[in-house]
Amino acid sequence: MKLEYDLVIIGGGPAGLAVALEARRNTVKDILLLERDKYLGGILPQCIHNGFGVQYFKEELTGPEYAGRFITKLKDCQINVKKETMVINITSDKRIIAINRDDGLLHIQSKAVVLAMGCRERTREAIAVPGSRPAGIFTAGTAQRYINIEGYMPGREVVVLGSGDIGMIMARRMTLEGARVKAVLEIMPFSTGLIRNKVQCLDDFNIPLKFNHTITRIEGGKRVEKVTVAQVDKNLQAIPGTEEEISCDTVLLSVGLIPENELTSEAGIKLDPVTRGPIVNENRETEIEGIFACGNVLHVHDLADFVTEEGEIVGRAVGEYLKGNRKFRSQPIKIFPGDNIAYVVPQHIDFIVPGRKKIKLFMRVKKPEERVKINLIDDKGRVLTAYKKRIVTPGEMVSVFLPEVLLDDKLKNITISIKRD
Amino acid sequence: MEQNKIICISCPIGCRMTIQSKDGKITSIIGNACPKGIKYAEEEFINPLRILTTTVKVIGGELPLVSVKTEKSIPKRLLLKAMVEIAKIEVKAPVKIGQVIKDYLLGTGVSLVATRNIKRVDSNLFS
Repeated sequence: MKLEYDLVIIGGGPAGLAVALEARRNTVKDILLLERDKYLGGILPQCIHNGFGVQYFKEELTGPEYAGRFITKLKDCQINVKKETMVINITSDKRIIAINRDDGLLHIQSKAVVLAMGCRERTREAIAVPGSRPAGIFTAGTAQRYINIEGYMPGREVVVLGSGDIGMIMARRMTLEGARVKAVLEIMPFSTGLIRNKVQCLDDFNIPLKFNHTITRIEGGKRVEKVTVAQVDKNLQAIPGTEEEISCDTVLLSVGLIPENELTSEAGIKLDPVTRGPIVNENRETEIEGIFACGNVLHVHDLADFVTEEGEIVGRAVGEYLKGNRKFRSQPIKIFPGDNIAYVVPQHIDFIVPGRKKIKLFMRVKKPEERVKINLIDDKGRVLTAYKKRIVTPGEMVSVFLPEVLLDDKLKNITISIKRD
Repeated sequence: MEQNKIICISCPIGCRMTIQSKDGKITSIIGNACPKGIKYAEEEFINPLRILTTTVKVIGGELPLVSVKTEKSIPKRLLLKAMVEIAKIEVKAPVKIGQVIKDYLLGTGVSLVATRNIKRVDSNLFS
């Protein structure tokens, strides 16, 4: 098999698929896509609910349909795909070591590498819930795979911890399949998921959502028998005396996602402590030239459509990189998160691009706020430009445009801050 | 006079609206921040509709299940009834995306269609 490529993409989910197609459109010739699962699409094939594609395709699709559109196109443009292939190491000079059953150990050299490994779910260990260790405790995504792909029912009486989208979607899915979801608990005073999911997944089925609540104990012998639930104070600590017991055989955890960056770190690429993804420029290129990252490995997105958009940015950027005609600014512009901003991607702007009119900046806020102004502020504290928003919430990524005309040679830093309007 | 509470899903604000009605007819809607809320509240009050997505058992496929959806939205009150009906269905591989799995689900005139391809194989990926 061929072991030298122009572009190797690690991960065949929505990010990797978008990169492959867009890179091909931008004249990148030899492309190899590596996927560790038995099928392409990443998490999408198990996300059988609808709501995908509203932004990108302007129609509402289910996860498998959304993935299907890209997978079909991929077959048409003869991109090499290796499934059930696990990448075990990437070096800073873009050598990739991968392994699979047919080829054994593979040493692949590429001119460009795209990291598109996605993210994984936080587990019970990550949040340290005390109690015993019975069967019946699943991350929501694992339960989703069992029910929707493999055909197993994880349990009958369920408590869901976390009101993120996956948790709420699984509360509905378990209910539709005949389980009884006794409660969804959210430690924060607000839901971290979309309003639509709160209404259509919980309210539609009269599933109670308890804010400022968490599980303080899981008990059971072979199988989960009950959980202890308590209200929390402002510091998210359980309030003594508020405990109640809920009997159940299953606990689903939807307590956050972590970008899967072990390969990135091994290649020596620095991670942003907030996003837990690599630090990138506007091309989503890491500190190593020619190694790019996009999708949930870079920062956790709430919509697959935005992942596709980011993958396409990278697809085009890889094309430019391989042509070798990029022009760097004399110094990068660094972008910093200010008031009520958790992070901004990209973290810096490196290039002079003739004809570019604006750069889209993606960010996540720390807490919900209504009637705000998003200010882009320069080194001297001057407001470069500002955008009004009716509402910002941590559950929905915010984006604003940075107009190219504002970027003069002297500009070194931009801080993005949210202020009450 | 009856009162219903509805949360608008048109945008992240999630306006909590109160609908007052008499004999099934809306007399007032309050709590909305924009006209989208009124439209949403009316639809939700008169005939709330949902797309149902679930899975159907596959015989002889690479995977034991195929994901399916109702081609159009169906009345919300029929969701659980539809699940009982869909649980009885088995389909033979191969299955093509968009293939009609069942016509006229519960007499709604809405079809159940496959949302992914399932190849035919002798033993599935997880057996």
